[in-house]
Amino acid sequence: MELQALWFILVAVLFTGFFFLEGFDFGVGILLPFMGKDDRERRAVINTIGPFWDGNEVWLVTAGGAMFAAFPHWYATLFSGFYPALLLMLAALIMRGVAFEFRSKHDRPSWRNFWDWSIFLGSALPALLWGVAMANFIRGVPVDASMNYAGGFWNLLNPYALACGLASLSIFTLHGAVFLTLKTTGEMRERAMATAKTLWTPAVLLSMLFMAYTYVETDLYQRLGINPGIVPVFSVLALFSVRTLLRRNASGWAFAMTGVAIAFSTATIFMGLYPRVLVSSLNPEWSLTVQNASSSPYTLSIMTTVALIFVPLVLLYQGWSYWVFRQRVAVDAHHEY
Amino acid sequence: MDIVFLARLQFALTSVFHFFFVPLTLGLSIFTAILETAWVRTGNRKYLQLVQFWGRIFLINFAVGVVTGIVMEFQFGMNWSEYSRFVGDIFGVPLAIEALLAFFMESTFLGIWIFGRDRLPKAVHAASIWLVALGSNLSALWILVANSFMQAPVGFRMAADGSRAEMTDFAALLFNPNVWKQFPHVLAGGIVTAGFLVIALSTWHIMKGSKGREAFVISMKFGTIYAFIGTVLVTLAGHTQMQHIMKTQPMKVAAAEALWETENPASFSLFTIGDEEKLEDLYSIRIPRLLSFLAYNSFEGEVKGIRQLQAEYEAQYGPGDYVPSVITAYWSFRLMVGAGTLMLLVSLLALWKVSRDDYRFPPLLGALFFWSMLLPWIANSTGWILAEMGRQPWIVFGLLKTEQAVTPASVVGPGELVLSIALFTALYLLLAAADLFLIRKYAALGLEGTE
Repeated sequence: MELQALWFILVAVLFTGFFFLEGFDFGVGILLPFMGKDDRERRAVINTIGPFWDGNEVWLVTAGGAMFAAFPHWYATLFSGFYPALLLMLAALIMRGVAFEFRSKHDRPSWRNFWDWSIFLGSALPALLWGVAMANFIRGVPVDASMNYAGGFWNLLNPYALACGLASLSIFTLHGAVFLTLKTTGEMRERAMATAKTLWTPAVLLSMLFMAYTYVETDLYQRLGINPGIVPVFSVLALFSVRTLLRRNASGWAFAMTGVAIAFSTATIFMGLYPRVLVSSLNPEWSLTVQNASSSPYTLSIMTTVALIFVPLVLLYQGWSYWVFRQRVAVDAHHEY
Repeated sequence: MDIVFLARLQFALTSVFHFFFVPLTLGLSIFTAILETAWVRTGNRKYLQLVQFWGRIFLINFAVGVVTGIVMEFQFGMNWSEYSRFVGDIFGVPLAIEALLAFFMESTFLGIWIFGRDRLPKAVHAASIWLVALGSNLSALWILVANSFMQAPVGFRMAADGSRAEMTDFAALLFNPNVWKQFPHVLAGGIVTAGFLVIALSTWHIMKGSKGREAFVISMKFGTIYAFIGTVLVTLAGHTQMQHIMKTQPMKVAAAEALWETENPASFSLFTIGDEEKLEDLYSIRIPRLLSFLAYNSFEGEVKGIRQLQAEYEAQYGPGDYVPSVITAYWSFRLMVGAGTLMLLVSLLALWKVSRDDYRFPPLLGALFFWSMLLPWIANSTGWILAEMGRQPWIVFGLLKTEQAVTPASVVGPGELVLSIALFTALYLLLAAADLFLIRKYAALGLEGTE
């Protein structure tokens, strides 16, 4: 296979992994102030993602690194062009990251409250902004002939991108709620179950809105053609199935299905994008593609060797950590943290 | 306002702040792992208590290091897009490998270490903190592979149209001599930073007669040996690194020495006030021959001066100003070496006390041991300031100038830069305050809350 195509797929896989994994810990973070009525409950909610969130976030850091190495122009145009949005996201990720560590280290209620709301905002903002970013990839942003972004902040916050942002926000929140039904017990689990059921409706509605809007705003449907294949179809079916699965108390399956919905819809966007990586709204000729944005064949081949050796290893030990902490977190259990 | 200045200011702010936390992570992860190994092997509960005491401080520090690190990865693209386009083919690779090889390991096993104590056998738990330490220190290696390309580019060719540097030899990049001079220096710097913090807090608790004094005596012993080994290593590594820079970036050495004219044998400046416009001394005290010795391990040998190097660079690269800020390079070098010398003395003093099993500290000595913990931080920061500012006007030595590397003003203007500097300053002040508050609290708490 062409190395450029392979690396496009790998970057897409890294983003998919990031949305699937960090998606639920964003969701749990968003639900934290509402699911945990007192400090003990909040600690239990955080502990469901405690061992994982940092490793999940590394998927983003790796995606960024892979983008830089394999498609330097994509990285350069995107990160400089989406400047204010990335600033907001960095601020959010900073506050959220330290909050997980800092909140338990001091027991004044105002201290804990401050960090809990930092976790909330620090999770909600990226959950929204990643949807906005993905929508802009495919809709197109003003990119000029020299590959520089030529728009402003408001070009990024167009209604279509906001619709996608709300869809990603709602799906990540749902994903988090379903994760909590999988990882908690007793009353907390019932509360998570009820929340998940409630969240399903807006998630479906916003996703439908986003899909309809995509037809109007982008060329995704034309590109995918009359028979789009199983990936987009399954992502929709998976999301629909979640409610039924929750009603049958099948948390594991429901979580798998919110996961499939997130992974497959991310894949759909990348499929519609290929071979472009960032669409120029000014002139289709100026779009960044896997060809004109990529590194040299030598660099890509080095990266491929490294990825072939280390990605399986990472999956293995990250998988093992999920196995170690497979038990549900009970509110009245002893929390070592 | 000038966007190059603003972008540099932001980079200085975010990277210096990030590096307040990194060295302690590097050194304290290994130190905690050593203590936990001692606990597994001996079953002596005091080791476990120390693991928990130092572990808490490690985690508070680690959190800030991680989140400020994300900024580092993003800001190359955000503020330095032309740089990213120019070096992505090379520089992106170690960054991606750093994430894949080091960050995953560090974060996954840290999660296991924090939450896994009741679920895992003791030896597996200890292995997980070793993997955290390995991951952290590997990340330092890979980022230095990236940085070394900026200091001394190897293993590349210029693209036919001159638009970017392309990698031709990955092994050359990895075995860039600069990496293997810089990495031991940074690694040892981490050990020193942790060692002196351990000495400081152990001394404080021993003097205060805190509960668990015996545990802090153990901590003092380990910390002193650790700090001493680290200080010796950091000095030796720094010495060989300087000799290497003599070959690759002589201008950096000349600026660090305020050596305006070529000398043979060259003198070492003890104290200089210079005129950067005229490139000459206003006042200077110098030790004859010492710089030649530092550079070549011999009291003979030519060290090129700033004026000659400027002329050489103009001949090689065309007209321009190739002199970095001499006052910055000169004083950061002096602060780093001065702090290093003091650390050597303090660690020897601590070693002498510990070797005599004498843990009575007169107030002045106690204060010295306590406040010496600031020395590594001074040396770490000034060392990087010298490394980066001494390379100016280049961002990639000999290939790309800093002023050519910044994101075009049409994409990121002064307004956005000022806004982001303000945002990061506010956020980082908040983080610093919260971090200091918590570290002080848990440092003072001692063994309370441990088992």
